[in-house]
Amino acid sequence: MRPDLDVVARMVPADSRVLDLGCGDGSLLQHLARHRGCRVQGVEVSSDAFHECIARGVPVLHADIDRGLPEFADDAFDVAVLSQTLQATYRPALALSELTRIGRQGIVSFPNFGHIGIRSKLALFGRMPTSSVLPQPWYETTNIHLCTITDFERLCEARGIRLLERHLLDSRGRQVDGRARRGANLLAAGAVYRVDAPERAA
Amino acid sequence: MARPAASDQEPSGPQPGSVGLVETQTVELFTAGNPLVLDSGSTLAPVEVAFETYGTLADDRSNAVFICHALTGDAHAAGYHAGADRPGWWDSIVGPGKPIDTDRYFVVCPNLLGGCRGTTGPSSIDPDTGQPYGLRFPLFTVADLVRVHRALLSHLGISRVLAVIGGSLGGMQALQWALDAPNELAAAIPICATTRLSPQNIAFSAVARQAILSDESFHGGDYYATDERPDTGLSLARMMAHITYLSEESMRRKFGRRIQDREEPRFDFGVDFEVESYLQHQGASFLRRFDANSYLYLTRVMDYFDPFADPERAGPRLEAVRAAGTHFLVISFDTDWRFDTEHSREMVRTLGAAEVPVTSREVESPFGHDSFLLAIPDYHRTVGTFLRRLHEGGGVAGPTSGA
Repeated sequence: MRPDLDVVARMVPADSRVLDLGCGDGSLLQHLARHRGCRVQGVEVSSDAFHECIARGVPVLHADIDRGLPEFADDAFDVAVLSQTLQATYRPALALSELTRIGRQGIVSFPNFGHIGIRSKLALFGRMPTSSVLPQPWYETTNIHLCTITDFERLCEARGIRLLERHLLDSRGRQVDGRARRGANLLAAGAVYRVDAPERAA
Repeated sequence: MARPAASDQEPSGPQPGSVGLVETQTVELFTAGNPLVLDSGSTLAPVEVAFETYGTLADDRSNAVFICHALTGDAHAAGYHAGADRPGWWDSIVGPGKPIDTDRYFVVCPNLLGGCRGTTGPSSIDPDTGQPYGLRFPLFTVADLVRVHRALLSHLGISRVLAVIGGSLGGMQALQWALDAPNELAAAIPICATTRLSPQNIAFSAVARQAILSDESFHGGDYYATDERPDTGLSLARMMAHITYLSEESMRRKFGRRIQDREEPRFDFGVDFEVESYLQHQGASFLRRFDANSYLYLTRVMDYFDPFADPERAGPRLEAVRAAGTHFLVISFDTDWRFDTEHSREMVRTLGAAEVPVTSREVESPFGHDSFLLAIPDYHRTVGTFLRRLHEGGGVAGPTSGA
């Protein structure tokens, strides 16, 4: 499994009920079901990835997060995950609010567009940067709403979403918390957050 | 149990991917001493069941797929009957190498209770009177349909199937079966089905029934002894229902506003547009294979279906489905307005809230409700992939499962 998925997997409590929004081929959920005793559900918009999930025995809805997910009730899952998916949605704010509505807690990971490698490519060459995390050129990328760590934290603040835990990733998706805690927005290639919904009436 | 292979002397019938020449079998289930007890409390015995099977049952009896047909289907799902030039009603999906792969699975398809295609129904002889039941046939439910299916399965010596699959009313039976006996199926595959009919659905059925009931030849359901049949009513019912099985787009593609057999309209009240001619043909050909009383009963069965109506009753049953690990594959079609995707979404919501594992998709297809009968590649890929996983990899990924 990819190192960044491993970071996500370790943040998911054992035996919990997990929803992965944009679950890709279902490898994270398959891992959680097999090794963490989780009851899992995926959501995936790509037809090929949807069928890969089926072949892995991962229950999956073929659905588009950008249209909202009326299939799921509030707090239907212990944990809802948006792993490397937020930046590929048309409506990231909607995706985040669905995440915190459906999951009692959310886990969000994304590539940090504020990373020094990205900034320097843009600054030095004046062209849209590509990297190992963001390999496609601008005209082909599915990552249409890229943000920085600071951007994400500001959005959460504005929406009342509480940040409970943060882990920083290097360019290979490995956890590098200690090294980059200061200046994370410059030094981390990605981040994973555990978030909670705005305070609810209950 | 294996079906005869495609025979060489069958000139026009079997194509590649066909199960070939098949026959409908009949079995008598239930006895006077051990009758079928219906939800209503009424009993029936014996119950004759017409069914077909395709493929070979594995030694460990683990590879069965059970097909439930829709309102007007029958046991002849695939292959060709001797002399027939058209295959069974679901030949598009059942056969060697097809999604319901008869090289892998042992496929069972019966005609349902109350039908008129070989299984006991209102047109059968009531052993008490020696006359056809007519409207004296007891009312029954989707759960009763499933009771008969389960008796057939037991007769075949199969205690658990890989999947129960069906479209429309067939999908309602798959859902009901999962609720009634979740340990008997690894998966349920309801396609363009519903957990309950909407008022609009019931309204269409009501008008169809009125067409039959108000036909002068109906004779209170006892038309069998006369040389009349409520043909006008039954064909009207079929014509109207058929409109709801197609989409506006598919009718536009199929007929446009073309005139039948000529260039200029006739400007009279006869059959002028092609779509009118098509509907007339649908209605007329339906009369050859369907009984008006069966139509009344089976549409009523659909109207009353509502397995989640009582949460106190549904709750423990859903919990049993969750505990059994029965995996649902729920499929709908975007242009189906008979049971649109919202019907499937409601099923997904209810199952999901009970933590039943659900895989679901809406398939794009211009062909409306009838899409489930057609070879739509995306739809077939989903069914094929899902069944293969059940067969090879077991069920839902978990600590005890493989792959």
